Amino acid sequence: MTTTLDPSKTKSELEIEQWLHMYRGMVMIRLFEEQVNDLYTRALMPGLAHLYIGEEAVAVGVCESLNADDYITSTHRGHGHCLAKGAALDRMFAELLGKEAGYCKGKGGSMHIADPDTGNLGANAIVAGSAGIATGAALSAKRLKTSQVSVCFFGDGALGQGLLYEVMNMASLWKLPVIYVCENNLYNEYTHNSETAAGDMAERARAFGVQAETVDGQDVRAVYQAAKAIVDRTRAGQGPAFLLCNTYRFTGHHVGDISREYYRSKQEEHKWKTERDPIKLFADWLVSQKVVDRSRLDQIQAEVKSEVDKAVQFAIAAPYPTPDKVDQDIYA
Amino acid sequence: MPETRELTLGEAVREAIAEEMRRDSRVFICGEDIAEAGTVFKVLTGLVEEFGTDRVLDTPISEAGFTGIGVGAAMTGFRPIVDIMFGDFVTLTMDQMVNQAAKVHYMSGGKWKVPMVMRATLGATRRSAAQHSQSLHAWFCHVPGLKVVLPSTPYDAKGLMKTAVRDDNPVIFFEDKMMYKLKGPVPADDYTIPFGVADVKRVGTDITIVATSSMVQVALGAAKLLEEYDISAEVIDPRTLWPLDEKTLIESAKKTSRVIVVDEGYGRYGVTAEIASVIAEGAFFDLEAPVKRIGAMHVPIPFSPPLEDATVPTEQSVFEVAKALCG
Repeated sequence: MTTTLDPSKTKSELEIEQWLHMYRGMVMIRLFEEQVNDLYTRALMPGLAHLYIGEEAVAVGVCESLNADDYITSTHRGHGHCLAKGAALDRMFAELLGKEAGYCKGKGGSMHIADPDTGNLGANAIVAGSAGIATGAALSAKRLKTSQVSVCFFGDGALGQGLLYEVMNMASLWKLPVIYVCENNLYNEYTHNSETAAGDMAERARAFGVQAETVDGQDVRAVYQAAKAIVDRTRAGQGPAFLLCNTYRFTGHHVGDISREYYRSKQEEHKWKTERDPIKLFADWLVSQKVVDRSRLDQIQAEVKSEVDKAVQFAIAAPYPTPDKVDQDIYA
Repeated sequence: MPETRELTLGEAVREAIAEEMRRDSRVFICGEDIAEAGTVFKVLTGLVEEFGTDRVLDTPISEAGFTGIGVGAAMTGFRPIVDIMFGDFVTLTMDQMVNQAAKVHYMSGGKWKVPMVMRATLGATRRSAAQHSQSLHAWFCHVPGLKVVLPSTPYDAKGLMKTAVRDDNPVIFFEDKMMYKLKGPVPADDYTIPFGVADVKRVGTDITIVATSSMVQVALGAAKLLEEYDISAEVIDPRTLWPLDEKTLIESAKKTSRVIVVDEGYGRYGVTAEIASVIAEGAFFDLEAPVKRIGAMHVPIPFSPPLEDATVPTEQSVFEVAKALCG
């Protein structure tokens, strides 16, 4: 089923505060990723950069429903999840540039941000690779009776890996507090998922007795509302859930993926960018509902821009790790 | 004076796990048919009665899945032991062991830890054919971030398992299924054996036989045969392949000047190759002959008894190689 918002909901002060928090969160991810694109194309960033632009409502809507000590696992396209869960901009940029001040001392990079302080068990470059870790963390939470939940973010590409189904089965058998969030951005790298995923995606979860819902991943309020209901249920001991968020990757698989016409048209991209941009949709709604006026949103943009600029300057100036650090942290 | 009994290797493993589970509530074990069934080799019989099904957790036949769950549980407060019924099935866990467990600590800049033990079997000659007989421990030695343990006696099995459970890193613990009935003295008290410390199982002067797991018994048998030819063989068991006690191996090689390395894994790109290289680099000018290696034949393990028996090192084959080397 697809979750829809209740239009009669009153706009309490708290709600407005939360909406602006979510707006700020999405803008932060967008500006962070635009900065990553810039760093990458200026050859200041080594490696690969998989941008989250276009999918911001998923990370923000889901993480808004979580507590600080809840767990997440993330993916190669994970900057958005890490930021939405509370990562600091400066240490994120520093990690992406391979600097000692980064979250992983420069040893993980863009695809492997991890941060115990924000419950981030780590971003994973094996597409379903973190499904076991997220489920294991849920087992810990249940056994230790901490009432934490564990959220496993992954893309539609991960639906092709068997690990996901093995752990979903055990999560259902053992009623573990884990939520599998599938970001369906339509493409497994350079291949449309009509070529890779048979049947109905959410039905795969239902086959294990896992409660599954589908939501418009461009509508941050819808994502939040669906996630909140699922998280509350899961936290209360009702077992695992699957949230399918339909979304779109506005840019290439990675920054270097420039010529994309062989797998998707410019018209398709244009349509999503102009009609389905989650930040624009949310901004328009906030203004049309007279929650805030446009200038308040512009002010938030400017504040975040300044934070991002400061953070990137910090990262550029930060020192690299010295080569003697290379064989540290292999064993605990 | 603490009591010392004769236990089988299987009983020693069970005692170590039970003692660790009593000592530390964070320790649990999960795997296929481990609770009421007590594993196919009955190594864990009785554990579920004492600790319950929450801590002796039967899983579906999903090796990758429950290994991954072990990694996640290890990162978040538990010290899981993941039980892989046959060592051949480690292939199903490789992403979770190699890309996840081994790398979590390093990739997170040292912030997350994976205090997990995987226990698995190795060893041929049970007439179980090519998918239930392999010795794949060398694969794990190749990956930084993992520790690899191969006990050869009940005493070592108990002490090393306790160390494995207390280690803050992913440890893979290989038990030769042909040794579960092997008996030996095991103290009833709590003791641990540090990783990276080889054990001289027999002192000798003419030739060093480095052997692992059940090959230690093979080497000791060969040493006895060599006695009749007045050849004194020293038998050394590294006990952990990573970390590896290079010093003890090199010192013994320097003393005896002749070395054979015996391991039941494949020789090609295997444990014997690595240890031979360590010795060649560390003791080259003291050696009278090139280091000899004896491993499993480079064939899939066959079913038919005469074929299978031809694939593994034996007392006789080790004896013959040693005698020729000393001739």
